[in-house]
Formats: sequence, C-alpha cells, structure tokens
Amino acid sequence: MTAVTADSQQAYETVFDAAIAADERIEPRDWMPDAYRATLVRQIAQHAHSEIIGMQPEANWITRAPSLRRKAILMAKVQDEAGHGLYLYSAAETLGTSREELLDKLHSGRQKYSSIFNYPTLTWADVGAIGWLVDGAAITNQVPLCRCSYGPYARAMVRICKEESFHQRQGYEALLALSQGTPEQHAMAQDAVDRWWWPSLMMFGPPDDQSAHSAQSMAWKIKRHSNDELRQRFVDICVPQAESLGLTLPDPELRWNEERGHYDFGPIDWSEFQQVLKGNGPCNEQRITQRRRAHEEGAWVREAAAAYAAKHAAPRHGTEQNDTAVTGTGQPGTGGNGEATA
Amino acid sequence: MGDDALVLSQRLGEWAGHAPVLEEDVALANIALDLLGQARVLLSLVGDEDELAFLREERAFRNVQLVEQPNGDFAHTIARQLYFSTYQRLLYGRMAAAPETGSADLAALAAKAVKEVAYHQDHAEQWTLRLGDGTAESRTRMQAACDALWRFTGELFQPVEGVDVDWAELESDWLASVSAVLERAGITVPDGPRLTAWSAGAGRQGVHTEPFGRMLAEMQHLHRSHPGAAW
Repeated sequence: MTAVTADSQQAYETVFDAAIAADERIEPRDWMPDAYRATLVRQIAQHAHSEIIGMQPEANWITRAPSLRRKAILMAKVQDEAGHGLYLYSAAETLGTSREELLDKLHSGRQKYSSIFNYPTLTWADVGAIGWLVDGAAITNQVPLCRCSYGPYARAMVRICKEESFHQRQGYEALLALSQGTPEQHAMAQDAVDRWWWPSLMMFGPPDDQSAHSAQSMAWKIKRHSNDELRQRFVDICVPQAESLGLTLPDPELRWNEERGHYDFGPIDWSEFQQVLKGNGPCNEQRITQRRRAHEEGAWVREAAAAYAAKHAAPRHGTEQNDTAVTGTGQPGTGGNGEATA
Repeated sequence: MGDDALVLSQRLGEWAGHAPVLEEDVALANIALDLLGQARVLLSLVGDEDELAFLREERAFRNVQLVEQPNGDFAHTIARQLYFSTYQRLLYGRMAAAPETGSADLAALAAKAVKEVAYHQDHAEQWTLRLGDGTAESRTRMQAACDALWRFTGELFQPVEGVDVDWAELESDWLASVSAVLERAGITVPDGPRLTAWSAGAGRQGVHTEPFGRMLAEMQHLHRSHPGAAW
C-alpha cells in the first residue's frame, strides 16, 4: 500500500467503521485496517487448513468402510472437504496472500489447524462420531460466519454450511445404524462418542475470559457469538440427539438447568487442549508429516504441469504459466489466484 | 465389469489426502466415486452388492489384472487410468449406442456411465500430456509407468460373457486412441507384449496378481469381522 497521510487514514477508518456499523459487507477492494486483514487471513487460512488436514482421519477409513453405500458416502465427504479447502484458500487469496504461501505456513507449523484433527480414528464408529459431533460443532461455529463482515468469507461459508449439514446428518444416521445394530456395534458407537465428546467441545476454543482474539473479532463482526455461547448452544442441541441415538455422553455433571433454560455440563480439561495445540496431541506429528509428504512427493507433478503450461501458453499470456490446475470439468472453484493485490 | 469398477475405485480411494495438489484430491475422489457407483449398479444386477464385494475371496473376483495394480507414483496411477478409461469409454459407447450388445440393464448403465468415463479419460489424457511433455523427470516417470502397465492391457479385450461387441475392433480402436495420446505426449508407445500366455484372461478367471489379496484383506476386514451385521 502506498503511504497515506494521517488525515486520509482517518477518513478511510471512518468509512470502514461506518460500513461495519451498518452491517455492510467489506469486499476485497475496499480499504480495511491492517489488523482486520491479518485476522481474517489467519482465521480463513486456519479454516482452510482444517478442511485439508481433516481429510486424513476420515480417509483413514475409506478403504475399510463396511458397506459400499457407506464407502460412497465417505468418499463424497472427503471430496467435499478438499473442495471446501479450495473455496477457503480462494477466499484468503482475495486478501492478498496465496495458497502456496499459506500451505507453506501450514507445513512449517507457523499456521494452525483445528485441534480436533489430532485425534485418531480407531474404529469405523469414529467416522460416524466425527460426522455427528465434529461436523455438528463446526456447523454451530460456522453458521454465524455466513453473516461475517467480510464478503468472500461469508459467501464461502454459505456454500460450505449446506454441505456440512448434509454430512452431519449422514454421520448421525451412521451412528444410529450402529447403535441399533449388534451389541458389538452398539459398543463401538458408544466408545467413539466417549472419545470424541470432549474434544468436540474444545473446538469452540478457550473460555471467553481467556480468548485472545474474541473481543476484537466481535467488534469487527467477524465473530457474532462468544466461544462459550456457541459451546452452550451445541451442548443443548446434542443432549436430546444423544438420547434419540440411544447413546450416553461421557459427562456425569450433564443435567438440565431449569433456571438457565440450558444444560449444565462438567469442566473441560483445558490442559489437554493446550497440549494438543502445542503439538503434543496423539496425531499432530502424523498429520503434518503426511501433509508434507504429499506435498513433497507431488512436487515433480506440479513442476511438470507448470513446465507444460509454460511451453503451451500463448506468448502474450505468459503470466498464466504457474496455473497448475488441470482438471476444469465439473470441479468446484479453483480461481481467485492473484485477484487482489492489496 | 462390476469387479473392474469396484477394484479400481478401491485403488483410487487410497489416494485420498495424498494427491500432489488439492484439485487432484477432488478429481481422484470424484473418479473413484463414479466407478463405485457403476460397480454398485453392476453388482446389484447379479446379487447383493455387499455380499459380492465383501464376502468373495480373491479367486472369485473377475476383474482384469490392470485395475488391481498398486497406485505406484502419480504417473502409474495416470497410466493405469488412461489405459482403463479409454477402454471403458469405447466399450460403454458401443453398449449405449447398440443396446442389443447386452441386456437392457447394461445398456442403461452404459448410457449413464459413458458420460462419466469420458470425463475420466479426458482427465487421464490431460495429465499424460503434462507429465509426458513436462519436465525430464516427469517424462521418464510417465514412460516407465506406461511401459510397466503395458503387459496388462491385452486382457481388457478378452470377450466378456453377455456382452456382444466386436472385441477385435474395440482393441484396435483402443490401440489407436492410446497411441495417439502417447505420441502427442512424447511418450514412446511400449513395444512389449500386451498379452502373454500367463495373463490371457487370467483376471477374468479369478487368477490375480499378488498385491490383490492384500488389497481385498483391507477392504473386507471390517465387514467380515461382524457377520450378518447391517451398517
């Protein structure tokens, strides 16, 4: 950005603040505070990374899915996740970064992904539990993002939330089939819910009084509700669903509070959360190693695509030669590269 | 034919989360899903899809050996896909155009699937061009992959019971189509045998290559561990 005088800086800020106050959308070419841009890049990138890393725990069961119908559902879901990653990287790119740069930050550990994907999928029921609880928590978090103040992010979330709700219902249905199946299947479902319940509650982030970015994000209308508010909403939704599944939730303190009109629930083990965030969860090392390996082992393929594009580009379109996307047909959005030069 | 689609789908499913670019994670999963859809229709014409997929042993599978070959590097996956999707496109195209070649059910499946396999072939062809005409390394890898899988391609044209097409003509069309793509990509058309005494129709008779048993063990393990369970 070129240097601006203090006066014009002030004028830009006034326009921006007014737009936020009026619930208008901020678009890529609009002026925005550097910190707003940085917060969005961080949040959208982390969201995109979560979709990409999140493919791993579920893909772990594609080759072993117990029926062809379940295998097809799971494949479609993992495919959607890659597509969500693509939408989100495109949204982040409108803020003046690039997918390559963001992937590099993921691979070098400078940007994070959701802590939930550092837990292992040990049985088939985990696939159902992820659909019901993890996607359920993601939706609770993400539906308000459809009204986020940054336009490209909000629009990406509208598309993503539709597909996520579908996955969540499928996860619930898969767990229901197990719960109503043989005693072994029922036990498998209960065990999965026991292992995924608390990590799912941690997906909403630290308690409000310890959340570093919350206040500013709410003021900017990037976030619409606090972590604890969303977590409570999620618990209130899940308890009756668990009952209709015929499964219990692993919390002896869980009970309806007539006065509050909400379920009370037990304390979350935030030390575990901190450990997972620090890289000491059960699968942190494995997840990032697999991601790096896929990237490194694919380098020669991306180089080939770039070399081919360079050879076959029309001379006056020489700047497009780093486009490695090969398959256009019927695939979700891959665009957005270099759209914004903020 | 149902086994061909099922087994190749299983192989492609192994790529999920390992592809060189995100677009390929989407594309390979997409192709795997199309093939699984075809497999489900085809197996259901014969019996219960899950029984057929999960409870038959290696010797009862009738897929060609090409589709059971391990993924290898990306070039191997693409070469396998080029060979197989070109075959599928030519076969389904004929079955869709002339319903008397098989049952009405097969014609209906072919009419729908031919659109999918046209996309699969286009995808494989585009990548063959990029790898063959990309860097020195990608050309070497693509050539090696095309050479390595060549000996499994003759089996594709062993007549399939219940499908009355001109298999010799299908084979020469296949050879012309694949050769044209390889030549455009700067890949030398392999000159080894495409059908040996060992491979002639072996897969269709339930005789497979060694990696296949391991693939099935992984695919069937959970289903077999819970006899009679519904999922």
